[in-house]
Amino acid sequence: MLVHIDGPWSPLLGRLALTEIPYKNPILVGTFLFAVVLAVVLVGLTTYFGFWRTLWRDWLTSVDHKKIGIMYILIGLVMLFRGFIDAVMMRTQQAMAVGPHSAGYLDAVHGYLTPYHFDQIYTAHGTIMILFAATPLLVGIMNILVPLQIGARDMAYPYLNAVSLWLTAAGAALVMASLFIGDFAHAGWFGIVPVMELPYSPGVGVDYWMWAFQLSSIGTTLGGINLLATIVKMRAPGMTWGRLPIFTWASLSANLISLTTFPVVTVALALLALDRYLGTHFYTAGLGGNLMLYNDLFWIWGHPEVYFVILPAFGMISEIIPTFAEKPLFGYMGMVVASLGIAGVSWGVWLHHFFTMAAAPAVNAFFSITTMAVGIPTGVKVFNWAFTMFRGRLRFDLPMMWASAALFFLLVGGLTGMMNAFATNDYMVHNSVFVVAHFHMMLLLIVYAIFGGVNYWFPKVFGFRLEQRFGRMFFWLFTAGTAVVFVPMFTLGFMGMTRRLDYVAFPQWQPLLDIEVVGIVIYVLSAAFLVAQLYVSLRDRAQNRVGADAWGTSRSLEWITHSPVPFYNFAVTPEVHARDERSWRHERGLDDAAPVVYEDIHMPCKTAIPLGLGALGFGLAFALVWRIWWLALLCSGAIVALIVIRAFMTGTSYTIPARDVEKMEHDRKRGAAKPARAQVPGGSPAPVLGGGT
Amino acid sequence: MKGAAGETAGGLGPVMWRPNHGYDDVSTKTLGFWLYMLSDAMMFTALFAAYAVLGHAMNAAGGPLPGTVAHPTHAFTETLWLFSSVLAYGGAMIALKKGNRVGVMAGIAVALLVALGFLGSDLHEVTRLFAAGATPERSGYLSAFFALVFYHGLHVIVGVAWMLVMLGQVAVFGLSEAVVYRLLNLRLFWHFQAVMWVFMFTFVYLRGAII
Repeated sequence: MLVHIDGPWSPLLGRLALTEIPYKNPILVGTFLFAVVLAVVLVGLTTYFGFWRTLWRDWLTSVDHKKIGIMYILIGLVMLFRGFIDAVMMRTQQAMAVGPHSAGYLDAVHGYLTPYHFDQIYTAHGTIMILFAATPLLVGIMNILVPLQIGARDMAYPYLNAVSLWLTAAGAALVMASLFIGDFAHAGWFGIVPVMELPYSPGVGVDYWMWAFQLSSIGTTLGGINLLATIVKMRAPGMTWGRLPIFTWASLSANLISLTTFPVVTVALALLALDRYLGTHFYTAGLGGNLMLYNDLFWIWGHPEVYFVILPAFGMISEIIPTFAEKPLFGYMGMVVASLGIAGVSWGVWLHHFFTMAAAPAVNAFFSITTMAVGIPTGVKVFNWAFTMFRGRLRFDLPMMWASAALFFLLVGGLTGMMNAFATNDYMVHNSVFVVAHFHMMLLLIVYAIFGGVNYWFPKVFGFRLEQRFGRMFFWLFTAGTAVVFVPMFTLGFMGMTRRLDYVAFPQWQPLLDIEVVGIVIYVLSAAFLVAQLYVSLRDRAQNRVGADAWGTSRSLEWITHSPVPFYNFAVTPEVHARDERSWRHERGLDDAAPVVYEDIHMPCKTAIPLGLGALGFGLAFALVWRIWWLALLCSGAIVALIVIRAFMTGTSYTIPARDVEKMEHDRKRGAAKPARAQVPGGSPAPVLGGGT
Repeated sequence: MKGAAGETAGGLGPVMWRPNHGYDDVSTKTLGFWLYMLSDAMMFTALFAAYAVLGHAMNAAGGPLPGTVAHPTHAFTETLWLFSSVLAYGGAMIALKKGNRVGVMAGIAVALLVALGFLGSDLHEVTRLFAAGATPERSGYLSAFFALVFYHGLHVIVGVAWMLVMLGQVAVFGLSEAVVYRLLNLRLFWHFQAVMWVFMFTFVYLRGAII
């Protein structure tokens, strides 16, 4: 049954051997040293500040949706950095390896990356940016906001929430491990079959890619179940469907997508795993395999995934613009229908990823039309945002700057997307960097929305605003970098440059490639300003403390509770009266309507089991990558055992007496006592100033 | 009565807070289980799609076609095993309604044993096919066929393991709320895999009778 593998294999270590450590590659050795130094610094700082206990008790074993959300966002930021470094390497390689006379360094004939290494880099860049940067960032933001926006204490299943987090973390860790042990896939982030099959990719790279993908997609499916059940079942009294905050609607639509499509990619990759491990013939060339089966299954997930990441981004933009236009969102119902419409149509467009794969003209025509149809609900959204701003009192605080710039990228990305949607035109630009530039516009729109959202909700979660001056510098440099990288990329696409070139044969493209490198340098500079922004924000946090409503004109329910949000979210479940509950209360002078009667609060206990499941998931995937069968069996057995043990546990929740809740609330209100460190994400060393409740 | 009047601003305005607002825990967990089943149904859908795509003569690569591997008569025997198990689990649910702890355990035990009968029957068929040289490595068609058979079989194995755990839980905790929602979700799961078997029977085994 098991496929025979050429090369050494031992029962104890599987295919793992010392030769698999790439100690001869200076780039990877340098990365490794950087990682080691970073790890030593982090461990040192944690020990110096005596943070271990807090780290374990308040973070790693936490089931609090806000802390889980923050940890998701941290994973996303770390992986965003990793994916960005990959991008830097790709851009510099392409600029260096132009024409037959270009110099070669480090074993490469041209440039400094060998073709095999370059292929791994672009595969890692795509996989990381989609699955381990965009997805965790957005899932993290949804995790933090959805329960707050609907007036719930936590998610429907706090324990499952932690399991999702640690499965995603395990996937991210596996991608990182592939840097230093073995190698990574080299057949593109979406996998090209039959290149991904064992005869053509006999190494462990594809296995790393496949199992990391699986871990995170299982985590995201479980997260989707959790968010959907939360939105359906945990709404506060009065929170009818017509009053649901628009970001929550966007999350609902997005998670309908993740629930229905992530299982498909799980199957697509499981069948690839069967091919690679058991010698079946799902996607093989010959013996009855079908290459297109993989493409169809993958993109049936792949395109909806794009909308899975873009819908929460739209949701954030829809929350930010009304706040800074000081008007209710224009066309709320239209927005809701458009979100659900985008989620629905996402299921019918996947074939546009391979218009050139010889489908019948009628098939291509069908998918051309469905793809263009995506523009209708998206257009509705853009006009709704425009009409929200129309005659509003616009303030361009940082969140608004990011959100309005996001609209610009939506326009550029959307219109170039329409160009690609014509199947006839797609034959011209298929696989060119024009397409690459197009989808980077769309993904940058998501990045802009994320930065906007982080700036907007940061004070809600941490209790102080992010610094604005460095923040603006970061915004403008980031935007300049984007323009300088991607305008030449669109141009090169029109000139016929295909994607994924480790060597560029046409010297006349050199100037444009050099401009792209300039853009990348601007990006690197902008990152320095981001670090400065975060540092100054943290240093001056006492001056930037905010009350419940951080921006003065916020509208939805999450702004009626304290900033930073206490671990129980709302001392007493709020009664919802309007679509924009915060504005409704504000307009009636009810801002300070504090509860009179408090209640006992039931909260889930912290638990280390999700962390254990994540670690075992990593162990199982690592064992499968290296075909260490005993370890795989051991980890599988331990996973089942942990699940059963958890089922027999009692006392998984605890009660905070009403008296204690009242005391904590009064302390906060007086601003005299510091909120206990454990009560707020990230700790809260200074008293709460400003607007009361 | 807590709440209402005491929670207003100034005593006259609208109700602002709702103390002791509870959620129905069992129905929340049941909804989550329905959502899980939706995702699992998508996995089956993808496998059925793969089976349809790889179900052509070309995909048999000169090996056996559905007519020689998918026997509706044998599958009918398996169906009887499986549905009897679902029926026995239904008996456990009736006992649950009456609060009869012993009846619940007896029903689950019977369902478990009959499910083992199904697994035995399944295993027998698979070994027979393997012995005849019809293995998953033989062709794309057989890969898809066995993927479906084993994926459904995996559900039955998970169900059996779950039943074992529930026997333990009922014995240890009695019919507590946590045990009851798990029993209800297991009922959903057991019906779910039976429904998937109906699709297997229709699209895989009955199709085998005509191709």
